[in-house]
Amino acid sequence: MKFFRIITANFLLLIATSSVSVFAASEANEGDDFLKANNDVSDIDSLQRGARNFFNYCAGCHSLKFIRYNQIAEDLDLDEVELTQNIIFTDAKPEDLVTTNMLSADGSRWFGKVPPDLSLIARSRGTDQVYNFLRTFYTDPNSPTGTDNQVLPGTSMPNILWLVQEQLNEKEFDQFTLDIVNFLDYVGEPIQSERKRIGIWVILFLLVFLIFSYGLYKDIWKEID
Amino acid sequence: MSDNLDKDQSIFSNAILRWIDDRFPLSSLIREHATDYYASKNFNIWYIFGVLSLVVLVIQLLTGIFLTMSYKPSAKDAFDSVEYIMRSVEWGWLIRYMHSTGSSFFFIVVYLHMFRAMLYGSYKKPRELIWIVGMLIYFCLMAEAFFGYLLPWGNMSYWAAQVIVNLFGAIPYIGETLTEWIRGDYYISDITLNRFFAFHVIVLPLAIIALVFVHILALHHVGSNNPDGIEIKNYKDEQGKPIDGVAFHPYHTSKDLFWITVFLILFFAAVFFAPEMGGYFLEVDNFEPANPLQTPEHIVPAWYLTPYYAILRAIPDKLMGAIALASSVLFFVFLPWLDKCKVKSIRYRGWQYKLALSCFVISFLALGYLGMQPASGIYVPLARFFTILYFIFFITMPFYTRIEKTKTVPERVVYKK
Repeated sequence: MKFFRIITANFLLLIATSSVSVFAASEANEGDDFLKANNDVSDIDSLQRGARNFFNYCAGCHSLKFIRYNQIAEDLDLDEVELTQNIIFTDAKPEDLVTTNMLSADGSRWFGKVPPDLSLIARSRGTDQVYNFLRTFYTDPNSPTGTDNQVLPGTSMPNILWLVQEQLNEKEFDQFTLDIVNFLDYVGEPIQSERKRIGIWVILFLLVFLIFSYGLYKDIWKEID
Repeated sequence: MSDNLDKDQSIFSNAILRWIDDRFPLSSLIREHATDYYASKNFNIWYIFGVLSLVVLVIQLLTGIFLTMSYKPSAKDAFDSVEYIMRSVEWGWLIRYMHSTGSSFFFIVVYLHMFRAMLYGSYKKPRELIWIVGMLIYFCLMAEAFFGYLLPWGNMSYWAAQVIVNLFGAIPYIGETLTEWIRGDYYISDITLNRFFAFHVIVLPLAIIALVFVHILALHHVGSNNPDGIEIKNYKDEQGKPIDGVAFHPYHTSKDLFWITVFLILFFAAVFFAPEMGGYFLEVDNFEPANPLQTPEHIVPAWYLTPYYAILRAIPDKLMGAIALASSVLFFVFLPWLDKCKVKSIRYRGWQYKLALSCFVISFLALGYLGMQPASGIYVPLARFFTILYFIFFITMPFYTRIEKTKTVPERVVYKK
């Protein structure tokens, strides 16, 4: 069994060195200002606030073309009145997909590029990226929008949240952006809370089944010597 | 010939099953491949990965059928149809995650299954054909994974397909024409997606199923190896049954059922709690639709192919790199003839093979890691070092296995209750 010990030791060494280098590499990419989002998609209050923030400040330009209004309402415990008054600001019906009224030609004329659909942004860029993007706009007189961004230098997006940033204190603004990120995380995979909830039952069932299959195995093998 | 009489006798009392038995060799099939198929009783944990690959194959086939019902193989609709499956199809998310997680788990169990064969000399006489057919399954599996990887039509899908297809461009004279022929177009397009879909859902699954059938048939013809590398057929009781063997059913099946449950717990833990597995099972770049104008920062194939990708990039010349890539997988096929040692199991082999095998495993894992890193800085010399180490295992094998000092192999298998 000495051989296995050598192999195991080598494995551990390899894993240790590679994880150290991965860690070092990820540390190097992120500046001091880079914060972890650590958002919680099971927090319905946060998602409701995030939806409100999104539809007030983002939905004018950005669509969520893979999700319907009524699904957001259902998952976020919003009733029809709340949905039509606080979420739907266009002439869309509850069963419609979340599109934007802005024409893409206008988008490219106004911003130089069409504002992207944000259905999967939290999955393709990660919640940390989106969170830090929203928080790291700074004044840059050379930029056409008057601002630039630390996470996405040269972004065509103006600092749309500047007024909010002035009205709220730092902690409130952090929460405001975090709620948007949380909402976008939810939109990226609406089923995720449900998925984890079901997963616990599936694993529990399999664990119980494991006891029986172990018993069966040992019972059948007890005559073998 | 009481033996022959036994073989023809029905094992059923049920009238319908007896009716079938008169017209189809159901009883004798069950006898031959389950209740009268004897395999060594001292199988350890390494011996479960064969049946586990079968379990994953079934998962992939079943989930694949349901995915095909809602997936649209066109450049315009493919990406959206995957999101449609994830969001609007009843339980579509579960089916899709099982399929995407399944592809990674397929390679995990197949790699462990192959490693088992290298530990206990399962590729050696008389099991060379089982090994070769197994390698053919592995090649088909890699092709299957490659074709399937394009189907979500994400940006990494697109560029990974681009890079791999371009490998054929390294072949002198016919390279360019060949890549065009594979793609059916001047670039990866709707036409390419359609033919990859055809390969993924028809050609390769058929080939894999047929080869798995042959693999198991050949195995049951010669009998399974065991951790001691001894032929259990050498010691039979008066009924002609191997003394150290136990019937596949119910003994090995009950043991397998337990381990399959353990496997399913790990599998579904990944499906339900970490389907992206930190970007290894589902790459972040694939949540953006394919964009021929925007190359991802690092083009990386799925994790299970990165060892070979690292070998490809370790060699500065494109053609030589492609040759090294091809030979790195082809070398496996020749293992039964490269390995000159008479002793099968690592338990009784000399330090030379133990050292070589551990170096090989380390280089395979290291190359897998390096294949995910950018080809720059320290990663380049490291990849070259491990590429050399990888090939040394195969090329020098006839020499170090010949001088190996082996231990005495016991007559009977070692089994502790």
